[in-house]
Amino acid sequence: MSDNQLLEQIERYLNGEMTKDERARFEILRNEDTNLNKKVAEHRHFVNLIKQYGERLELEKRLNALHSEIDVHSLEEELIIHPSWIVSMWRNHHSKISVAASIAIFAVLCTLFFTGYLNNKELNYAQLKGDIANTKKSINALQSKVNGLNHAGKGSVNPGNFRGTGFAISSNGYIVTDYHVVKDADSVYVQSFDGKSYRTKVIYSEPGDDIAVLQITDPSFKTFGAIPYAFKKADTDIGENVFTIGYPRDVIVLGPGFLTASTGFRGDTTQYQVSTPVDFGNSGGPLLDSKGNVIGIINAKETHVEGAAFAVKSSYLLKTIQDIPDSLKSDLNINSKNVLAGLNRVQQIKKMQNYVFMVKVYNQ
Amino acid sequence: MSKELSSGIPTDNEVILGILNNSDSVLKRLYVAYFPMVLQLIINNNGSADDAKDIYQEAIIVLYNKVKTGDFELSSKLKTYIYSVCRRLWLKRLAQMNRYGGDIKDFQEYLSVDDETEKNNERDIQFNKMGSALQLLGEPCKTIIEDFYINNRSMQQICEDFGYTNADNAKTQKYKCLQRLKKLFFQQN
Repeated sequence: MSDNQLLEQIERYLNGEMTKDERARFEILRNEDTNLNKKVAEHRHFVNLIKQYGERLELEKRLNALHSEIDVHSLEEELIIHPSWIVSMWRNHHSKISVAASIAIFAVLCTLFFTGYLNNKELNYAQLKGDIANTKKSINALQSKVNGLNHAGKGSVNPGNFRGTGFAISSNGYIVTDYHVVKDADSVYVQSFDGKSYRTKVIYSEPGDDIAVLQITDPSFKTFGAIPYAFKKADTDIGENVFTIGYPRDVIVLGPGFLTASTGFRGDTTQYQVSTPVDFGNSGGPLLDSKGNVIGIINAKETHVEGAAFAVKSSYLLKTIQDIPDSLKSDLNINSKNVLAGLNRVQQIKKMQNYVFMVKVYNQ
Repeated sequence: MSKELSSGIPTDNEVILGILNNSDSVLKRLYVAYFPMVLQLIINNNGSADDAKDIYQEAIIVLYNKVKTGDFELSSKLKTYIYSVCRRLWLKRLAQMNRYGGDIKDFQEYLSVDDETEKNNERDIQFNKMGSALQLLGEPCKTIIEDFYINNRSMQQICEDFGYTNADNAKTQKYKCLQRLKKLFFQQN
């Protein structure tokens, strides 16, 4: 029996086209011959697959026909969720929006940079502590100062890392200066007009108002004598004729001027603005009115503006002195008697120059 | 049955009976009834209307086969079942296209229907193989095989259509064609 005929038999068998006898014979054959049995099963499976494939094609054709009857487009319009206009605008234009935003940010930064807004406040607001190591001018000044020290018989050759000004607030050795002058100091010395140097200790400071109070601890110190100036409690008016004296150099320097504003840098109400010429080293110097009352402490200047200096108001100085714990201030009596009132400027300075000191700060 | 009722959404039992009886009208009502739901799912989740058509037809075929083979038990609403199958198929498609963002907008409740779509997938592979084997077979073998096995025409009719002198020749030809088809089919992997 050829393969061809065998296949026909199998098909007839599977389709139920055989007569009863044939079928019985074929089944016996199938039982005996496992090979035939396998062929029958294989053929049935394959033919089924073809049939199912045909059915699937038929079904797909029917579904496609059904689908073509549906108006998909209008359904789509109806069913799609339209995102809010801001979302769709972002989706459609996000690259353009991003570029625009970047350019805007860049432009703002450039503008700020070139107008100097980004520069630190410190650049146009300089606290007037003299950094000696950094300026040639100061180095020359030091040279002569060291000579002076040697003449005075003191052995120290270290000129100090920083320099400022301070002035006496009581006859028994209390001196006030700026907090930023003595900040981080290891030791603080004051040098008087006549060249004497005393060791001091910072007994109290008020960083918020930039005020520090020193006490002379040197055993050689006795007393200053009566202090000639008084401290003004009330605010002083704009236009008042004022002056300061201090040690921007190694000699005492007068800075005359006017009180030009009742607030300090960026509207700081604890300060005055004055038109006095000041330099690094003036920090902590007294600001006096024409009658010789202390009305403030010089602490800073605006570097971009000529002649705009700032001074902490004397009322804050008095408040700071009051705040010193009693255990730290022995006999600290603020002088209230002003003997400078009737004198001219030359006499005033002569009388008070002994009470204004160069503050020398050492760290490391 | 009134006309209005017959054109509306068929009941779940109607659908099952309709599929078993090969009813065209039920299939049509079924198709029209649930397509908008699937369209809504697909087009609002990164798909197009054509994607929706593919997915929906695949789901209908899954349902159709399940009902035909008799192992379909309606454990939920038919609507939920179709939605779940479509959702599952679409997630798979999105993952294949790397478009799946990890989140899908849902419009209906759904069940998990993993194994059913898997089974359908296997069958699809077999059918694809059969389709390409038939294409490779060429004429007249393709038509002879289709006429005999799919369209259930008799050898006598085929013999006349193709102008064979007698049925035996036609049978021999059909036998050769079938052998080649088998070979082509099993060669593919």
